[in-house]
Amino acid sequence: MSTSRATRKSTMPQWLKVALQIGLVGGVVVVIIALEGMIQAFNTRDIIGSVVAMSQALLLIVFLGTAYIAIIRSKLTDFRRLLVVAVVVGLVSSALLVALILLGQVLDLGNVFINATPALYDLLTFKLGLAAGSIVLLVVGGVSGAAAAIIHALPTRWRRSVIWGLVAVFAFGLLRDLIVTTFGGLTFLTGLLFLPNGLSVPGAITLFVIFVALDYFWSQRGAQIRSGIGARKPVRSSLLIGGIIVLLLLPQILGLYFSEVLDNVGLYLLMGLGLNIVVGFAGLLDLGYVAFFAIGAYTVGVLTSPDFGHASILTSWWFALPFGVIAAFLAGTILGIPVLKMRGDYLAIVTLGFGEIIRLLALSDFLKPFIGGAQGVNDILKPTIGPIQISNPPEFYYLILAGCLLVAFVAIRVKDSRLGRAWMAMREDEDVAQAMGINLVTTKLMAFALGASFGGLSGAIFGSKLTSIYPQSFNFFVSINVLSLIIIGGMGSIPGVVVGAIALVGLPEMLREFSDYRYLFYGLALVVMMLTRPEGLVPAATVKRELHEEEPQPETLGEAATAMPK
Amino acid sequence: MTALEVHNVHTYYGHIHALKGISITVDEGEIVTLIGGNGAGKSTTLKTISGLLRPREGYVKLYGEDLIDYAAHEIVSKGVVQVPEGRQVFARLTVHENLEMGAFSRPAGAGIRADIEKVFTLFPRLKERQKQVAGTLSGGEQQMLAMGRALMAKPKILLLDEPSMGLAPVLVDSIFDTIKQLHKEGTTILLVEQNARMALQVANRGYVIQTGEVILSDTADRLRENQTVQKAYLGVS
Ligand SMILES: Nc1ncnc2c1ncn2[C@@H]1O[C@H](COP(=O)(O)OP(=O)(O)O)[C@@H](O)[C@H]1O
Ligand SMILES: [Mg+2]
Repeated sequence: MSTSRATRKSTMPQWLKVALQIGLVGGVVVVIIALEGMIQAFNTRDIIGSVVAMSQALLLIVFLGTAYIAIIRSKLTDFRRLLVVAVVVGLVSSALLVALILLGQVLDLGNVFINATPALYDLLTFKLGLAAGSIVLLVVGGVSGAAAAIIHALPTRWRRSVIWGLVAVFAFGLLRDLIVTTFGGLTFLTGLLFLPNGLSVPGAITLFVIFVALDYFWSQRGAQIRSGIGARKPVRSSLLIGGIIVLLLLPQILGLYFSEVLDNVGLYLLMGLGLNIVVGFAGLLDLGYVAFFAIGAYTVGVLTSPDFGHASILTSWWFALPFGVIAAFLAGTILGIPVLKMRGDYLAIVTLGFGEIIRLLALSDFLKPFIGGAQGVNDILKPTIGPIQISNPPEFYYLILAGCLLVAFVAIRVKDSRLGRAWMAMREDEDVAQAMGINLVTTKLMAFALGASFGGLSGAIFGSKLTSIYPQSFNFFVSINVLSLIIIGGMGSIPGVVVGAIALVGLPEMLREFSDYRYLFYGLALVVMMLTRPEGLVPAATVKRELHEEEPQPETLGEAATAMPK
Repeated sequence: MTALEVHNVHTYYGHIHALKGISITVDEGEIVTLIGGNGAGKSTTLKTISGLLRPREGYVKLYGEDLIDYAAHEIVSKGVVQVPEGRQVFARLTVHENLEMGAFSRPAGAGIRADIEKVFTLFPRLKERQKQVAGTLSGGEQQMLAMGRALMAKPKILLLDEPSMGLAPVLVDSIFDTIKQLHKEGTTILLVEQNARMALQVANRGYVIQTGEVILSDTADRLRENQTVQKAYLGVS
C-alpha cells in the first residue's frame, strides 16, 4: 500500500491506520443501523432464543465483517498483530455506538432522529444500565474482532466450514417460522432445535456442528458427488420429478400465509419473465413495465366487474383473460412504435413516462365512468374450474404455477428461436444486426409486445386474486422491483429470474420484520451484487463472458499474421 | 452480366447533399473499387446501396431488380451484404456464434455448418479461435471475422468498407490476399478503400469519388497510371 506515506510520517504504523479507518466505517454503519430504527424493529425476534436477538446479530455481523475486512486489508501475517488489528476495529466500531448512547444522554437526538429514544439506548446497553452496558458493548465489539481474527487464522478448509456453520445458524434462526411450519409434523426435531422465538442454545450448537461437519465432508468428497449427479440421467430425472412433486405439495406443507407469499413470488416471476424478454433478451431498458401489469388487471377487472356493464357478456374470468393479455400485447406494440429509434437512457425515460401515464389515466376523473378512477375496480370475478372457484391463496398458487410454467416454457422456446437470435443480435449491436438482415422494427416490437403480454397475464391474475384494484397498486416501485429481481438474478437468464423473484420478493415477505426496510435491503443487495457479482446470481452465458474477460489472450501481431492465408 | 447498377443516386443527410448523382456498375465476378479521400461519400454510397440510407433521386438495381422498395433487412436477403466500416463484430458473442449470426437471412439448416467450415478454410485463424469471444480478438482477426460473417449470408455482391483501415501492414497484405482469393472463387465485390495503391492492385476497375461525385472511372491499370490519381491518392509527385 502507500508505504511512502507511512515512512514519511511514521508516527502511526500502517496497520493501525487501516484498523482505525475500517473501525470508523464499521462504527458509522452500526450507528446508522441504530438510527434507522432497525435495532428496535428487529429486537422482537431472536436468532438464538433469549440469547442473541436479530438486532444484536446484525451488529455482530457488522463487527465481524469489518474486522475481517481490516484483517485482509492490513496484509499482515503475524497472528498477534492481526489479533490487535481486529480487536481495535471491533472496539472502535462499538465505541462509536457507545458515543451515540452517551451523546443521547446529554442531547435529545430524538428531535432529529426519531428512533433515537431511551428505548434504543436501553436495548444497545443490554438493559444493564449506562455504565455496565457500555462496557459490555465495548467488550462485545472487541471479542467479535478477536473472533474474526481467530476464524481468519484457521486453516483454509476449516475456515470455510466455520463460516458456513455461522451462516447456517443465522439462516435457521432467521427462517425459524418457515422451517417450523414446513416441518410441523416433526415436532420432536423442531422442538429440539427451536424455541418459540428463534433457535434454542443446544439447537444452535447442534446446527453449527452439523453444518461445519457437512461442509468439511462436502469440500472433500463433494466434487465427486456433484459430477455423479450431473452425469447420471436417472438421478437427474428423478430429481426433476421430485422437484415437481414438491412444487405441487408446497401450499399443503406451508399453509395459508406462506402460500400467499408464494403467490406474490409467482406474480412477480411472471412479470420478471416478461421484462426479461425486453431488458435481458432484447436489451431495451424499460422502466415503465408496471403499465402492462395494470393494463392486464384493468382489462380483466373492467370486463368482469358488475360496475361497468360488461359483466353480463363475459360471464367467466377465463373469457376475459385473453382480452387482458391481448390488451397488454397491443399496449406493448403501441409503446414500441414511438421508441423504435431510441436507445439507452432516452428509452428508459420514455418508458418511465409511459408507466406513469397509464397510472394517471387509471386515476383520472375523465376515465372514471369507464375504469373507476380513484375508487378502482371492485368485485372482479374469480376464476372457476368447473364447479370449483379459485379463491384462497393455495388455490391461486396452482393457477399462478400453471401460468409461470407456461410462460417459462414460452420464454425458453423463444430464446432459442430465430426471434430470440434476432433479439440477441440487436442487444449486442443494432447496426450490425441490421447489416445481418435482421428487421429491427418487428424484432423490437415483438420484444415489447411479448414481454408486455406476460405482464398482462400477471395483472389479470393479480386483479382477480384481490377482487379489487386501485391505481396506486400500479406505481413505479413495481417496475423497479421487477427490474431489480432481474438484475439480481442475472439479466437474460431464465433461472436467474426465478432465483431473483425468490430472493427479492419471497425472502422479504417471509421475514415480516424486514418489511419496513425492504427498499433499504434492495438497495444494499443491488450495491453488493454490483460490486461482487455484477453478472447476477445465475447469469446468462454471454453476460458471464463479458464480465470475466480478464483471462489473458495470447495476442501478437506477428502471430496473427502467420496464421493468415498467404 | 451487370450484377449491381447504381444510377444517378442523390443522398442527403438532412440538408447535407452527400451524394450528387453517383453512377456505378459492377459486373458479375468483378472486383470494383471505390477510392477517394476522407468524407468523399464512399460509405454513404455503400449505405445507400444496402438500404440503410434512402436516395432522394436515382435507383439501385441488383441483376435488374430495383432495390428501392425494399427495407435494409430485405436487401440483405436479396444478396447484398455489407461489411461495415470499423470491423463491427458482436463483441460478446463467440467467433462461432458471430458466424452463425451471419447466416441469419438464410433459411435455417441449409448448409450453414458446411459454410462455416468454408470460412474456416479461408481464415484458419478463426477456426483456432472459434470458441473465443469476438471482443477479445485482435483488430486483424476482427476484420476477418466481419468478412467471414458477411460471407455466411451467401452474398451475390459483397460490399467491403475500408477493410484495411487501421491495420498493421502485414495484416493489410493478408486481407487483400483474402480478397483476391474470394475473387478467384467468383465472388462479386465492391471494395471501398482509402488505400488506393492496394485497392487498385486487386481490382478490375475503379471509380474515384470526390465530394459526392464520380470524377474518374476506368480500369484499375489505367487509373494507376493516371496522373491525378497518382498525385492525389498514390502519393507520387
Ligand atoms: N450521419 C451523418 N450526418 C450528417 N452528415 C454525414 C453523416 N455521415 C456522413 N456525413 C457526411 O457525408 C459526407 C460523406 O461521408 P462518408 O460517406 O462517410 O465519407 P467516406 O466514407 O468517403 O469517408 C461527409 O461530408 C460527411 O461529413
Ligand atoms: Mg467511410
